[in-house]
Amino acid sequence: MVDVKVQNVSKSYEKGKVLALNEVSFEVEKGELFGLIGPDGAGKTSLFRILTTLIDFDQGEASVLSFDVNKDLKKIRKEVGYMPGRFSLYQDLTVEENLEFFATIFNTSIEENYDLVREIYVQIEPFKDRKAGKLSGGMKQKLALCCALIHRPKVLFLDEPTTGVDTVSRKEFWEMLKRLKEQEITILVSTPYMDEAMLCERIALIQHGSIMSIDSPKGIISKYPDPLYGIKSADMSRLLRLLQDQERVKSANSFGEYHHVSLVEPDSANMDRLLDSLRMEGLEQLEMKPIKPSIEDCFIHLMKEQHGETSH
Amino acid sequence: MERPAIKTHNLTKRFGDFTAAKDLSFEVAKGEIFGFLGANGAGKTTAMRMLCGLSIPSSGEANVAGFDVYRQTENIKRNIGYMSQKFSLYEDLTITENIEFFGGIYGLSNKEIRDRGSALINELGLEKEKKKLVGSLPLGWKQKIAFSVAVLHDPSIVFLDEPTGGVDPVTRRQFWDLIYDASDRGITVFVTTHYMDEAEYCNRISMMVDGEIKALDSPSELKKKFGVESMDDVFFHLARGAKRSDN
Amino acid sequence: MTQFFSFIRKEFYHVFRDSKTLLMLFGLPIAQILLFGFALSNEIKDSRIVISDLSRDEGSRKVIEKLSASEHFIVTRSDLSPREIEAAFKKGDIKLAVLFPARFGEDLQHLGSASIQVIGDASDPNTSNTLITYLTGIVQDFQSQNRRSPGSAPLINVETRMLYNPELKGSTNYVPGVLALVLMLVCVLMTSVSIVREKEMGTMEVLLVSPLNPVLLVISKAVPYFALSLVNLAVILILSSTLLDMPLHGSLVLLVALSSLFILTCLAVGLLISNSTGSQQMAMLISLMGMLIPTMLFTGFMFPLENMPWALRAISNIIPSKWYYIIVKSIMIKGLGFSAIWKESLILFIMMLALMAISFKRFKVRLT
Repeated sequence: MVDVKVQNVSKSYEKGKVLALNEVSFEVEKGELFGLIGPDGAGKTSLFRILTTLIDFDQGEASVLSFDVNKDLKKIRKEVGYMPGRFSLYQDLTVEENLEFFATIFNTSIEENYDLVREIYVQIEPFKDRKAGKLSGGMKQKLALCCALIHRPKVLFLDEPTTGVDTVSRKEFWEMLKRLKEQEITILVSTPYMDEAMLCERIALIQHGSIMSIDSPKGIISKYPDPLYGIKSADMSRLLRLLQDQERVKSANSFGEYHHVSLVEPDSANMDRLLDSLRMEGLEQLEMKPIKPSIEDCFIHLMKEQHGETSH
Repeated sequence: MERPAIKTHNLTKRFGDFTAAKDLSFEVAKGEIFGFLGANGAGKTTAMRMLCGLSIPSSGEANVAGFDVYRQTENIKRNIGYMSQKFSLYEDLTITENIEFFGGIYGLSNKEIRDRGSALINELGLEKEKKKLVGSLPLGWKQKIAFSVAVLHDPSIVFLDEPTGGVDPVTRRQFWDLIYDASDRGITVFVTTHYMDEAEYCNRISMMVDGEIKALDSPSELKKKFGVESMDDVFFHLARGAKRSDN
Repeated sequence: MTQFFSFIRKEFYHVFRDSKTLLMLFGLPIAQILLFGFALSNEIKDSRIVISDLSRDEGSRKVIEKLSASEHFIVTRSDLSPREIEAAFKKGDIKLAVLFPARFGEDLQHLGSASIQVIGDASDPNTSNTLITYLTGIVQDFQSQNRRSPGSAPLINVETRMLYNPELKGSTNYVPGVLALVLMLVCVLMTSVSIVREKEMGTMEVLLVSPLNPVLLVISKAVPYFALSLVNLAVILILSSTLLDMPLHGSLVLLVALSSLFILTCLAVGLLISNSTGSQQMAMLISLMGMLIPTMLFTGFMFPLENMPWALRAISNIIPSKWYYIIVKSIMIKGLGFSAIWKESLILFIMMLALMAISFKRFKVRLT
């Protein structure tokens, strides 16, 4: 069953001047953990607001749980949970008061669906009398998730839940999402962190309002066209500049410890020639090895491809 | 040997009976790219504020760009640059107006503002956009401009607070190119980030947990020390035991 | 219903947890009334007055004797010419001047009525007002003591002239003005800011996505401020009657009922403002510029409307507080009933309905 369906949706702001979404289409299956991966300004929030019936759009069709987002606002609003980009909590209410409030406006009580939020709530329960404004980022995030879950939604929309939260909390958060999946809740999550893409079942890479690719993370990686190499030396910034000037190098990007390089003719002879010429330049401790591309490699590749097309 | 750009000894900040930063002792060399990592609430912001002269330490010593953080905060402010993800430039001013404003408050002469401003605009390829309001530009551009403006007055040290949050991967790399350029010019870079691959770009990393520096070394040494593959694992290894961060 | 009550409880949490909001809600009206209470001392004793007696007969002498005997007045001179009176005022050492026209006693004797003229310094309207009340009382006392036969007391008209501020604005005008101002402030400002704050915090998004009926949302926002406004109304009325001896000649029930009508009108304005703006500062600015300043300018309690050019007077008609101000004055001071103010009430009612209709219609079930 398809829970979320988006067909050719376009959305512009300021009377058509700013195109936020450009003919976006995708589907999310029931119980799926679907990720929208892209930087700020890619159109993720607009898309979430359309699906949660908060804003209009210019063209196309969108439905959630087979309800039209333009016509069946009320039905959708009853069935979905939404956690907007900034954690939308009342800063001057306590943890418990926040949860109680959101439970009642959804016509339910904490007790009724406690089993669903229990695992998350026990972590913040020791602070239940603390004002939400005094919580740290990770705890706010957990409380906001509890509030979004308290009415046992069928579809959960999480707009950048991990932005500004440190690695440890991010890891915990994704663990929680995985467990929610077992409850058969369909989850749409957006994130600017490419490494989180691997934790989703399927992802859409989105940039400048267009979806560049939709597939499982593995599927997207398998579509990366060239063999990829990691290369490092004692002087990384000089190495990068030299790589970018080499004719036999197709692309070179810094990726932490190694630079990721793809070659015009990816064979071992070419690889050796490249290493030789770099040594000639005086680079020391050179090391080059074949590696598997990451989602970020794919994103950069797709971005450059898209950019190349639009500029011609 | 050259005097370090930043030198602290047992730097501590207490709020009531809460110790936000405890006995921080480290040195940052001139031109070094120094990554300042830690979980939310570990005390990064507190430490950074003390170093920028915005907050007086409770005890300990710190010297920034050759000035004392207790007595010479005004000199410190003149010799550092600062940008953060949250505030960087005035959205309702044009690029040129922002350059003029920030150049002005750092005491550059009109000629210097003109010369360096046009150099900046050339370098970033913004000739056509310089009269546009900053608010109308994509985030990645804003952050690149903000960084260039933060180093416009040639500070000895530039403090960057999560400068690349939410920026697309291509622009993020361009941003780091700018950081390398600044470092090559001898500007010390003090940077916080949530992207662990960016931690690898730093010459050295410090990891703060519960207000204390728990590890300080080059990324490769840190990985060796903890016997893990990536900086992500190093971070997780250290921050998992945190009492204060989020749990 | 639980949704509704839990929403209202939440609103009260917001109000009672923010010391600034609380201060504005209750500190402001109390401060205004107290400030005014200090500016006005109830009992005035030993005020220096001058008298110009052109009649110099028995009638005038008797009145002057009575005035001199009063603890309120010290008659410094009683032989000034009318021209010298102005000079005495300018020196500032007298509060009141009394003029007996020539043939005062004669008129009183033969015609059964005579006039005296009282000139007050209206640059200090409260004092003058009180003094004139004292004086009128003394003169009335004199009349009843000198009645020749039952039912035909000699009539002395006290003609009052105010120098410098002919409108004579005083405490009786001030309290209705404060009432209008404070209710306006609480309802318009607080309501609009509290809704816009939710937009800024992003909580509005979550509320909109919830099954909560938007109409219920708006009503739940309005109810707490309606209640708080009633509390404010009570505080002001109690303070003004205990501290300022402000009379309430008319019906309290009518006053509360029509005040509620005004409060509803203000709430509607607040809702309307919150619909058309996205930031708290903007909401505050519009409330202050758009409502409070017109309330001060156009209700007539600070600047007399009669002296304004017709264009401004026309504008004043669309300011709800103008009508409320008239209503309060009529009930409290003149003691009039509903029949005398049904027109003003109807205007207010229509305004309220129109504003409510617009703001409910414009309330966005979506973000823009």
